[in-house]
Parts: sequence; structure tokens; C-alpha cells
Amino acid sequence: MSSVTVFGLCAAAAVGLGLYGLITNPQPLRKIIAFNLLGSGVFLLFGIIGRRGAAAGFGNDPVPQALVITGVVVAFSATALAIALLLRLFQTAGSTTLRSGAPTGAGPDPSGD
Amino acid sequence: MLLHPTALEAATTTGGFLLVLSIVVPVSGVLLAFVLGDRYVRLVAFAVVPLGLAIAAATLAILPQSDGPLVYLLGAWPPPLGVALRGDGLSAVMLATTALVISAIAVFATTDFCPAAAETRAPFAFWVLLLAIWGALNTIFIGGDLFTLYVALELLTFAAVPLVSLDGRAETLRAALRYLIFALLGSVLYLLGTALLYGLYGTLDIVLLSRRVSAEAAALVAAALMTTGLLAKTALFPLHLWLPPAHAGAPAAASAILSGLVVKGSFFIIIRLWFNVMPALPGFAATQLLATMGTAAIVFGSVVALWQERLKLLIAYSTLAQIGYLFLMFPLAFDASGRLESDEALAGGLLQAVSHATAKAAMFMAVGSIYVALGHDRITELRGIARARPMSLLAFALGGIALMGVPPSGASLAKDLLLQAAEESGQWWWAVVLQAGGMFTAAYVVLVLAHALAGSDVSIAVTGPASRNQDLAALALALCSLLLGLVPWDPYLPVPFGTAPKVFGIESLSKLLLPVLGGAVLAILLSPWPHPLASSTTWKALASAARPLRRAGIEFGRLVERSDDVLRQWPMAGISLLVVALLLAALMLAAN
Repeated sequence: MSSVTVFGLCAAAAVGLGLYGLITNPQPLRKIIAFNLLGSGVFLLFGIIGRRGAAAGFGNDPVPQALVITGVVVAFSATALAIALLLRLFQTAGSTTLRSGAPTGAGPDPSGD
Repeated sequence: MLLHPTALEAATTTGGFLLVLSIVVPVSGVLLAFVLGDRYVRLVAFAVVPLGLAIAAATLAILPQSDGPLVYLLGAWPPPLGVALRGDGLSAVMLATTALVISAIAVFATTDFCPAAAETRAPFAFWVLLLAIWGALNTIFIGGDLFTLYVALELLTFAAVPLVSLDGRAETLRAALRYLIFALLGSVLYLLGTALLYGLYGTLDIVLLSRRVSAEAAALVAAALMTTGLLAKTALFPLHLWLPPAHAGAPAAASAILSGLVVKGSFFIIIRLWFNVMPALPGFAATQLLATMGTAAIVFGSVVALWQERLKLLIAYSTLAQIGYLFLMFPLAFDASGRLESDEALAGGLLQAVSHATAKAAMFMAVGSIYVALGHDRITELRGIARARPMSLLAFALGGIALMGVPPSGASLAKDLLLQAAEESGQWWWAVVLQAGGMFTAAYVVLVLAHALAGSDVSIAVTGPASRNQDLAALALALCSLLLGLVPWDPYLPVPFGTAPKVFGIESLSKLLLPVLGGAVLAILLSPWPHPLASSTTWKALASAARPLRRAGIEFGRLVERSDDVLRQWPMAGISLLVVALLLAALMLAAN
């Protein structure tokens, strides 16, 4: 088994675990962590694609590396935004559950205040 | 050809700088706002809005004179080494629509988000996010590279999510977080697809890819993953768990942006992917699946909309139905062997997106004014609003009429084009759905108007004076949507000459009456709310005849609403996402 295959399988495993966690975990924080795992799997895949170029004798392909760096920045800002929202939700509501029940609670209820 | 550029450009064309400007101007507005701070943020926005409008208008003016799309090569490096910005007919139309809707929203939001009036950060955040969304959308419309589109899509999400929770209440924060996490799931799937495509073909440039792409299994899987990710961001049924609370909970101006513009961003990338990157590959069965989900969205969105107690939620669910309507163009544009056949269907789909963007923004703004006037937006208590806020209600009604597909609205022209394509390709079942979609739209508009126009004995308590700016902004956008059918589209979209609707005549009368009557019947059968008219004696006689039908309608509505509740649970939505991805991939693989 070549190193490309091993890394490819690792990427697939990370993507699968991340997807599973994102869908099944009810807590938002765990969902955010699962998203990061899923993202890492995709970035690893980009890395392997760069390596494949190297195997063909081109030297390491720099484009996937550039894409991964951009992707990491995007994923980082996404995580930061999600954590900020989560912290704010915890401060406001005292809990972090996403289950809001009926969507009728989504708007300001004039009888409530 | 304007729509399917295949020649690879070696240099920037004249007018290419306009494309750069359309990104740079809103983004520099954002940066300037951060430098100048709270007090000048609105000034900055009002400096950027006319500039952006002028740039969009200039793009519209220059494009027909250029013999291909406008192109700008960043750093003069041609693809695959560099990144290109391309503006074709589709881009120009969407750039102009965005500029128009953003300007109207900016006018609408002037009083609501006045920096001096509020102690909070909300006004500052709103104006910055408005400009950021504008920049991100423009990048999506002219990006010539799948990775550029990914970054723009993420920027769009990051700018849209905080808009949901501007007021900082727990419900809206929850809605924003749900939206963000589900959108992130979608964008990771899109990124996974781009990784596969880069690994296969060594480029992500749209024109280069369209030449190199072939029906390999990996390419089809990539297409399925990217499409599913984008569907999650567009909130096509059954991937809509985030949309109703997010769109209904946001302030009116923010809802108008989210519903009118933000969902169009990811929809536009789906168009790019299916029509520009791999026009022949997805196959007939996959397009049928997309349109089937669209049909389900129309039925679910409209029926649940009729069951809503609150006007804003009704419009949010109506957005869900309208998103479904947008996806009806896919089977009509490709023929049975999966080849791109009808440019008219594509034009129809895009026109529908444009008319929805304008009309829905107008409706959300009108409802915002009504909410302010009444202090609530419960549909059954809207009596008398016609006297208190005639302009707002007029804007709402005009927006609704434009959406129904009454000539000369853009939606009517779009419907004509799609119906024609359905006839030519012999897919009569989509023609039925197209007509039914118009009736469902009419149903919830008629329902709201029936409650709002019902005579009232008691004068209702109205808080505060009507804001003329807000009403005018909403009214202008609604009128715009209503008159879109009269615009000469042929320099930008392949709308055949002579399809411009005749405003007066028997034909247009039937086009008006068919959806309205059908909508009224649907509203009576499916809406569970008691109507003030229902107490009159003639009505009672009629109602007793139709009682079994109505009972069946109510039961059906209850069933649909319950299953919608189930589908909007997180695990169900996740499973739906996986199922959609698997089905799309399987259908594409089977077709090739």
C-alpha cells in the first residue's frame, strides 16, 4: 500500500467520522468540532492531490497547498463565528440546545413582554 | 455565444475593470466603515450604493457591445495559472438585480438602522453586513473559478448569519447557529467536490474544466457532492431546516436580504455547475430528481405557509416554495439524453430568480411596516390594516401578484418560457406543476389579502406614523418585479423575440384569473383559520356543500405540517442530505 493510499483512506475516515458526528451529536459544540474533523479530512485530500502531482514527476503541485491554506483560514473563521454565536447563546439563554421547538417562537411575541 | 463561452481568453477585455470594481467597491466600503466607525457607517453605505448601481448599469450597457463575456485576468495571468473573472449575460442580470434590491433595502433600512438612534451595535453591524453581502454576491456572479466561488460562498454565509441574530434574542441566536452549522456542512461537501475535480483535471477554471471534464465516476461523484452542498445552502426541500426560523426571526430589512438575495447565491453556483462546468453530464434522471424535490418544496412550502399564524413565517415558507419553483427549469433545459437543449428554460429559471428576488424583498419590507404598525403580525388579526397602512398592503399585494405570474410580471414571462420548453420536450407533468405552483402562490396571497381587506367595525390601534421612505422602497421593488416582463432581455438572456407578454387581451385575463381562482379555492380548502366572511349566510350554504372536501383539505394540511416538523429535526435533515447526495450520484452514474 503506497503512502498516497494510506493518506487517502485516512482522509475518507476523517470525512466519515466528521459527517457522523455532525449529524448525530445534539450539542452544538460537538457539531462544531465534528465540522473541523470533516474539514481536516478534505484538507488532507487536497494534500494527497498535491502529492500525486509529485509522483508524476512535476515536483510538488503548489496549487492544492494554496487552496488548503485558504480553506484552513475559512474553516478557522467559520469556527470562530460559530463559537462566538454559541457563547452569546449561552449567555442569553443559559443553555446551548439548538432545539427551539415550534418555529412560532422565532419572532418577538408582543404578549410576552 | 453569451451563455456557453468555450474560447479561453488570453487577455482582459475592454470593460473588464468593471468586474473588479463591482467587487472592490462594496469591500472597500466595509473596510472604510471599520476605519470611520459607528457614526459614519450609514454615510459610507450611502456613498457605496449609488456607485454600485452605476457599476451594475455600466456592465449592463457594455456587455451587449462586447462579442463575448467581459473578462478580467487577475495580474494578467491567464488560467490555469491565474484566476479569471468573467461576466456573461447571466452575471450581468444578477449583478443588476442585486444592486437594485440592495439599494431599495438601504432606503428601507435608513430609519430602522440609524446609528445615532440606537445604543446597540446593531446598526453598525447591519450596514457593514449589507455591503459585505453585496461584495460576496458580486464575486459569486462573476467568479470564473470554482475555488473563488467557494470562498465567495463562505463570505456570503458569514455575512448572512449575523444578520439573522441582529437583535440578539435567544431564538434568533439559535436560528443563526442552526443556519451556520448546516451551511458549513453544505460548504464542506462543495469543497470536497472541488478537491476531487482538481485531482482529476488539474484545474478549477470553469471554461477549462468544461473542456476537460468527461463522464468519469469520480467527476460525477464530485458533481453530486457539490450539488448537494449547494442545495443545503439554498434550502431546497427537504434540506430546509434552517430557513423558516432564520428568515422569519430576522428584522424586516435583514429578512428581505436573506430571502431575496442570499439564497440566490448558492442557486447561481448550481447553475454554473450544471450549465457551464458539465453541461452534458448530469443526465436526465438527475434533473428529474432536482425538479421532484422542487415540486415537493412547492407543495410543502405552500401548504405549511397556509397553516402559519404569523405573516413573517408565512412569507418564509413561501420562500421555501419559490425556491422549489426555481428548480423546475433543470429537466426542461436538458433533453432525454442529458444534452443541454433549451436555453429558454435556463432564461426562464433565471428570470424567476430575478422576479422572486425583487418581489420577495418587497413583501418582507411591507410586512415589516405592517408589523411596526400593529405590534404583531398575526394573520387573523389583520382586519383594518388596509385603512391604516394602505401603501404597505399595496406593496405586499403587488409583490404577491408579481410572484403569481400575472402579466406583465417577470414571473409570468418566466412561466411562459418554462411552459414552452415543457411543451417542446414533451414533459407535460412539469407544465402541470408550473401551473399549480402559480395557484399555490396565489393561495397564500389571497388568504392574507382576504383577512387584511375584511371590513372592520372597530378601528385598530396603530403605533407610530407610516414611514414614507419604507413604503416607497417596498412599492418600487414590487412594481419593478411586476414590470420585469416588459424589459428587453435578449441582449443578456436567450429570450426569443416576441415573447414579451401582451398586457391587455383575453389571454392575459385568463392568466390572471386562473391562478387567482385556483388560489382562492386552495386557500379555502387548505387554510385552517376562520375567516370573518365565513359568518355570512350565503357563505354557510356554500360551506356546507364543500364541507367534506374542506375537512379532507385540513387533514392533508395537518399531515403536511407534521411531516414538515419531523423533517426539520436535525438528524432527519442530516439523513436527507446523505440520501440526496447518494441518489444524485447514483442517478448520474446510471445515466453515463
